[in-house]
Parts: sequence; C-alpha cells; structure tokens
Amino acid sequence: MAESSLHQAAKTAGAKSYLQIVDVVKKFGDNTVVDHINLSIAKNDIFALLGSSGCGKSTLLRMLAGMETPTSGKIILDGEDITALAPYERPINMMFQSYALFPHMTVAQNIAFGLKQDRLSRSDIAERVERMLELVQMKKYAHRKPYQLSGGQQQRVALARSLAKRPKLLLLDEPLGALDKKLRQQTQLELVNMIEQVGVTCIMVTHDQEEAMTMAGRIGIMSEGQLLQVATPGEIYEHPNCRFTAEFIGETNLFGGHVVEDEPDHVCIHSIELPRPVRVGHGITGTMGMPVWLSLRPERVGVSRQQPVVSGNWAAGTVGDIAYLGGFSIFHVRLDSGKVVKASVPATHWREEAAPTWNEPVFVSWTDNDAVVLTQ
Amino acid sequence: MQSKDISGFGKLTLGAGLAFLYVPILILIVYSFNASKLVTVWASFSTHWYGVLFNDDAVISAFGLSLKIALFSSAMSVVLGTIAGLVLARFGPFKGKSLFAGMLTAPMVMPEVITGLSMLLLFVEMQQWFGFPAERGMLTIWVGHVTLCMAYVTVVIRSRLVEMDRSVEEAAMDLGARPFKIFFQITLPIIAPAIASSFLLAFTLSIDDLVITAFLSGPGSTTLPQLIFSRVRLGLNPEINALATMTVLVVTLLVVGANRMMVKAERRRARLAAAA
Amino acid sequence: MMSRLLSLRDSRAAAARPARRSAWWQRALPRGQSLVTAIPYGWLLLFFLVPFLFVLQISFSDVEIASPPYRALLSRAEDVVSLALNFGNYRYIFGDPLYFDAYLSSLYMAGVTTLICLVVGYPIAYTIARAPEAKRNTLLMLVMLPFWTSFLVRVYAWMGILDNEGLLNQALLALGLIDEPLQLMHTQLSVQIVMVYAYLPFMILPLFSNLVKLDGRLLEASADLGCRPWQTFLRVTLPLSKNGVIAGSMLVFIPAVGEFVIPELVGTPESLMIGKVLWMEFFDNNNWPMAASVTIVMVALLIAPIIYLHKREEKALARAAAR
Repeated sequence: MAESSLHQAAKTAGAKSYLQIVDVVKKFGDNTVVDHINLSIAKNDIFALLGSSGCGKSTLLRMLAGMETPTSGKIILDGEDITALAPYERPINMMFQSYALFPHMTVAQNIAFGLKQDRLSRSDIAERVERMLELVQMKKYAHRKPYQLSGGQQQRVALARSLAKRPKLLLLDEPLGALDKKLRQQTQLELVNMIEQVGVTCIMVTHDQEEAMTMAGRIGIMSEGQLLQVATPGEIYEHPNCRFTAEFIGETNLFGGHVVEDEPDHVCIHSIELPRPVRVGHGITGTMGMPVWLSLRPERVGVSRQQPVVSGNWAAGTVGDIAYLGGFSIFHVRLDSGKVVKASVPATHWREEAAPTWNEPVFVSWTDNDAVVLTQ
Repeated sequence: MQSKDISGFGKLTLGAGLAFLYVPILILIVYSFNASKLVTVWASFSTHWYGVLFNDDAVISAFGLSLKIALFSSAMSVVLGTIAGLVLARFGPFKGKSLFAGMLTAPMVMPEVITGLSMLLLFVEMQQWFGFPAERGMLTIWVGHVTLCMAYVTVVIRSRLVEMDRSVEEAAMDLGARPFKIFFQITLPIIAPAIASSFLLAFTLSIDDLVITAFLSGPGSTTLPQLIFSRVRLGLNPEINALATMTVLVVTLLVVGANRMMVKAERRRARLAAAA
Repeated sequence: MMSRLLSLRDSRAAAARPARRSAWWQRALPRGQSLVTAIPYGWLLLFFLVPFLFVLQISFSDVEIASPPYRALLSRAEDVVSLALNFGNYRYIFGDPLYFDAYLSSLYMAGVTTLICLVVGYPIAYTIARAPEAKRNTLLMLVMLPFWTSFLVRVYAWMGILDNEGLLNQALLALGLIDEPLQLMHTQLSVQIVMVYAYLPFMILPLFSNLVKLDGRLLEASADLGCRPWQTFLRVTLPLSKNGVIAGSMLVFIPAVGEFVIPELVGTPESLMIGKVLWMEFFDNNNWPMAASVTIVMVALLIAPIIYLHKREEKALARAAAR
C-alpha cells in the first residue's frame, strides 16, 4: 500500500523533475545518517544542500555519485532508476572537496581521463579537452602537473574534469572549501557562471551559508539526516519554517511563547520574555494556546530613546554590549525579563543624536511584519 | 616538531651515537687495506686482499647465486606484498582478515631460526608426500625469502595506501574507470616510489639473509652470507674485510643515491608549488 | 577482458541486492576481490602457518636413523593404524637444566639488550626528530645506513675490535691501563655489545617515527606552564611516545630471544642461547624432533608478545586510516 503510493508520488513528480530522491535512507550499523529524504530537482537547477558537518549531506551526495548505496529508497535521474548502478556507470560526475586531481597526470590528461573511459576518438577527446580548458581559462596550463598550480587553478581543473563528460548531473562537494576566504568570494560567482554556461543540473554540498545563498537557486537545509526546509535563499532567510533553520541561517532573536489570538490575517503571541503580547501580521496553521517560537532578525529590531508609538511590539531595556562593526552596530539590549535582544542598527540611524551607550535605558521595537512565528 | 638547530646535548648524543655505529665499520674498512695476513696487526697499505677476493671463485659464484635469489625474491615479494597491502588497506573487513594481517606481522619479528626450521620441515614433508620439491636449493630458498620479504613490503605499501587520498581513486571511478583500471592507472603510479623503496628493502633483506637460507639450502647452493659465515666462524680473515668493505660501499652508494633522488624530487616539487 | 567480465557480474550482483553493502570496492569487486586476496593469503597459509603444524607434529616424534631423521607419528602395521606420541622431548626441555638455562639466558640477554637499546636509542631518536627539517632526513639516513649493510658485516666488524689481539686490547695496552689482554671475545659482554649494536636501528626507527609527530607546541606549552625541561620530558614527551617505546622494544626483544648468529660468532661456548641450541640440535646432532620441540616452546613464549605488538600496530593503523 505504502509502496504503491510512493510509486505514484514518484511518477507524478517525474513529469516535472529531472532528479528524484525517493525516500532514501542510509544507515551505518545502527546509526541512521540519512533519514527518509525526498527531494526533486528540476533540470538546470543549481541546488545546495546546506548543513553543519555530520548532518548527512555528504553521505547523500556520495549516494548520488554511487560511492555509497542507500539502505532503502530510490534515486531516479532523467526517468532512469540509477540506485543500483556503480559509480562508473552513472552519467553523474563529481568535483571533490580535495579536488582529487591525479597527481601524476597533466592538466590536459586529467581532463581527458573520463573521456578516455568512454572510448572517444583521439580527435574528439582533444577537442573536448580544448573546449574545457577554454571554459575554465586554463589553456596556458594544459601541460602542467597539479602540484604546479595554485588552489584556485586546481579547483578550475577539477571543475573542467567533471564537466568534460557532459554529465546529466554535476555534484560539487564543498566546492570552495579548500580556498582561502578572499578567493572564495570571488570564485563563487565565477563558478556559477561557468556552470550556467554549460547548462548542467548541479547539486552542491556546503556548510557555508553564504556560499549556498550566493550560488544556489534553491537550498535544502539538512540536520541530523533530515531535510528540514527546501526553498529559495530569500524564502529561507525571511520565512524559515522551523527553529533550526531560523537559527542556522543568519542571526536571530528567538522567543518562546504561545498563541493567544489566532485570526486568519494575524496572530498574537504571548511570551514571558516580553512585556506584552506580540502581534504578527500573518496567519498560522495552529490552534489557540499552542506553544510556538517567535523569530526576530536583529536588522528588524529598532533601537530608540523615546518610547515607540507602535501598539504592542516593543519592550524597554538597557544597553548591555555594543559590537561596533563600522557600517552598523549590534546592540545587546537587556530587557526587564532578563532576555537579551540583539539589534543591528545602521550607523546612519544616529545622525541626529549620539548613539546610546552602555547601561543607557532604551526601547526596542518592530512592526507586525517583522517577526515570524515558528510552529516547530 | 622542529627547532631551529640541534641543541648541545643533542649534538653530543648524535656524535656519540654515530661514533658507536660507524667506528667499527670504519676500522673494518681500514684493515681491509692491511698487507698483513693478521687482521689486527697493521703492516702496510695494500690492496692485496681485494685481488684475492676478486679471484676467489667460491665468493664469485656465491655472490652470483645470492644476487639471483635476491632479484627473484624481491620481485615476487613486491607483487605479493603490494597485493597484501592493497587487501589490508582497501578491501573492507572479511572473515579471516586478522589472521591474514597476523601472518604478515609475525615473519618480521619471529626469530629466523623458527621460520627457517618450520619451512624446512614443510618442504621435507612435501617431498615425502608429493616428491616435490625434489631437493633443497634455489627454489626453496626463494620461497623462504619471499615469505620473509613480502611482510616488509606489505608494511611499506599498506601505510602508503592508508595515507593516500582515497578521493583520487573515487574520482577515477566517478569518471568511469573500473577497479582494475583504477589500480593500474591511478593507484600504482601514485605509490610507485613506495614500491621502489620496498623493492630495495626486500632486495637487501634477501641478499643478507643467513639463517633462513641455512635451513632451506641444499648441498649445491651456497649463498654469499653462508660463505662469509662459514669463513668467519674460523676466525678473522682479511679477505672478509675486503668483502665487507665492498658491501658497505655498494649499499652506501645505493642508499645515498636513492635518498638524494627523493630529496631532489621533493625539493623540485616544493619549488614549483611555491612558484605557481 | 577480465575487468569487463568482472564488471558485468558486478552490476547484476548489485542490482540483485541493492542496499546491503556500502563501500564501492566491495560492490565493485566481490569475486575479483576474493581472487586477489586468495593469492597472498594462500601463500602465507601454505608457507607460514602450515609449517608450524608440521613442527608441532615432529616435536612429538622420535629420532630415527633414516631420511628424514624422524619416525612418522602414524604407523600402519598389519592393518592397524597406531599413533605414537613421544613427550620425551618436552620432558627433556623442562627437566634438563641445559635447555631451561638456555631459555632463561636468552630471555635475559634479549631483555637487557632491549633496555640498553632503549636508553641509547631514545636520545638519538629524539634529537633527530627535533632537528630542523632540512637536516632530519640526512641524519635519519646516517643512522639507518648500517641497518642496510649486511648483518654479518656488522657482527664481523666487532670481532676485530673485541679479539684478544684486537684493537680494543691493543689500545688499552698502549695506554698502559692493563698489563695483559682482557678476555673480551667469547664472553657474555661481547654478546651483549654486539646485540645492542645489531638491534639498535630497530629501536631508533619506530621511536623516531613516533617522536617526529609530537607537536613542538606542546613542549612550549609545558615550559610556559612552568615545567623545567626534564619535567617536560617526563610528563609530556615520554608519555606521548609510549607507543614508539613499546613498538621499538618489541621489535628488538622478540627476534633477540631467538638470535643465533651473534652468540655463535662472539659468544661463550658454555652458556648457550636458545637459538644456538636449536641450531645445534638440528645441524650438529641431527635431532630434528628435539629441534622441533625447542621451536614449539620458543613459539609459545613469543606468541603473546607478537600478538600484543600486532594488535597495537593494527590499532595505530586504524587511527591513521580514520584521520
């Protein structure tokens, strides 16, 4: 029964999606590393699996590559069930975190390696290698060995090598993890451009949220083997669907509380950490009195010396710490309840008056549309 | 762990240690140029004993046999040891794996009299049952040396494989290469230096072995260590000094040469990496 | 050709049971893998393990003037198969002080050799490990070079020094420290010196490879927290190098117990080491069953340390692989 409904789900999703991961589970002994994951990815999507180390994202990626076999579940690519195929039989190529360039081969030989396995003709291989070198702008270095290249150059060779076979799916394992921070930011967009030029469906795994937000069209947040939320970077940041996502992506202030007013267009949440019920301008699927979390991003919190005029969404407190970051400062405001609220205030806000200082009494406030209610 | 330079205490230790290691060998070399028949009494400088050595047919033929056995044993032990190293480092757990690993550790530390005697008894029993091997000689010595040397080769290859980046092999598989091809086109070239040095190790172990050889050799097969041993047993012998000096010379050239090659390759690599 | 056959089999096998195995090696090479494993495994079983069964068998046998010089355990006379076990050899070993003393003195000599090698080898290994990286390689090569030269050559080198007319006696006489040559050769002392000389590299190498991994910052931290150099050594360096000390000690002790060449060439004729006893029983007395019994007892003595060493090394390798 359950089996057939799964099949049904797989079939209907198959019409739109290029890659389907259907109820995939991976256990190592008693340890469940990947826990019933379902995911569909459209053609030419760049998808990022984001999570901290040990969340199962790498194992999921390795299952797509064929280095690991799922304990149960299916992987379907372009209508073909590839779950049982060996890595060398899959039309999928991967760019490894360490790049895994063959140290005894030149750049050109590295790129040609996969093509040789397909028994392409010599001239075809030469032509394809040429084109790949052009794509990654490494023509000058074709006859160098990997150890003669910088980290960024190695990364481009690794990309060229994994794109040379024109895979149906490109996997990137922490694609920029081995580069230093400055180089990383510059490379992010370059990498996206190259992938889009070729037009390949791509799944990347990363623990770096900035990398995921910059590069991917859609992001999947993973934790403890489960996929918590799949959405665009903007949605994930503005509308996290659970506490983990809200805390994992960016900074946020969380308040525990329960629903005291539940209307289709707004709800009110009471939290013992705040002096009065908070009004939030969106409805939720929940019931009166249910426990929820309230997420409030620091940049949504205003700080002022005057008592705000908004109805309920404010609280009084004193300034604890101030982290001065140039363009903006983060105020740690201790409320009367003892709760510390972080508020990120742009430097331009304090044109008229001097910024509040330590131990100064202030008010924090936000509008109906600033807080998000998390039901799990 | 490193420091800018060796401390005074360290210099003293090293000096004393190296003196302990090298003074006996230096004395041996000096006295190989002694004209006197008495090894310990210096007469005058002479290369007489080298002349005697190079005209000693027994030494020449024993050396030839040792060389042949060493080449064949190190070749075979490198093949078997590389496979064993691969099995231990790459294949997952299997039944009997720990016995396998144990049988590879034991020959290295087991006193050679034990290994030699037990192998001999095997060959004697085999001859009783199958009439093969008909007599002890090069073949039986070869088997003994291969068993001893493959254990050492396995250690070298295995530790190289363990420290090698596995994702390089995975990348080859991801790009469509099958296991056999991966081994020959990726793994083998990468571990080639380890294979070369394990060959050198196996070669020196084999050409130097006395005890196992003594058990497994027959009347017609006398290796160089056996010959040296039989002469040394009778007392000091200046011809042996000359032979020992030759051994030291050859080994030193080989080891220093191999070492320099490695250092050079390492430096070139570092320089190029820095320049890029 | 072979690889293609294998892979054909693979994909079918993988499809049949998709989710049981994990590593791709296992999935990719089930039959190929066992084939490959069988080659060295078979060799070791046949030429290393099985021989011990024969040693065991012959140790329960009697000497016979025949070729080979022992009586088969199983005999067939008039359709009756009879098994004759002879425990006499073992009774001899445990009863006759000659054998017992030989075992004891072998263990003693090996133990003292190990200790001296440790005391001499540790500072050398430590100094090389702490040396600047550029010099380290050369120093290690210098220390290991004698190991690459012939074992016999190393023993022979000392024969010229320790001889009654040897260089040491000549030097001592010339200095007027002694009036007549000392008996250095063919003593307990000569065996001890040469054993340390011959086995020292086996101690230095594992110690070095352990000490070289020691993080120098730990020593700085220890000094920063108020430890004097010797305190740092006792409380930080030494405990951290425990694995190297154990490995080196085992690598010296185990083979030293059965050493034959050194006691034969520079040892006393009276006090015997067990390796020499074994050799004499076999080659001189042609008493194969006795030699076999001596071997079995030696194996029984050494099997525990060998297994201990093996287990430790396997654990260390597993840690290295996990990193």
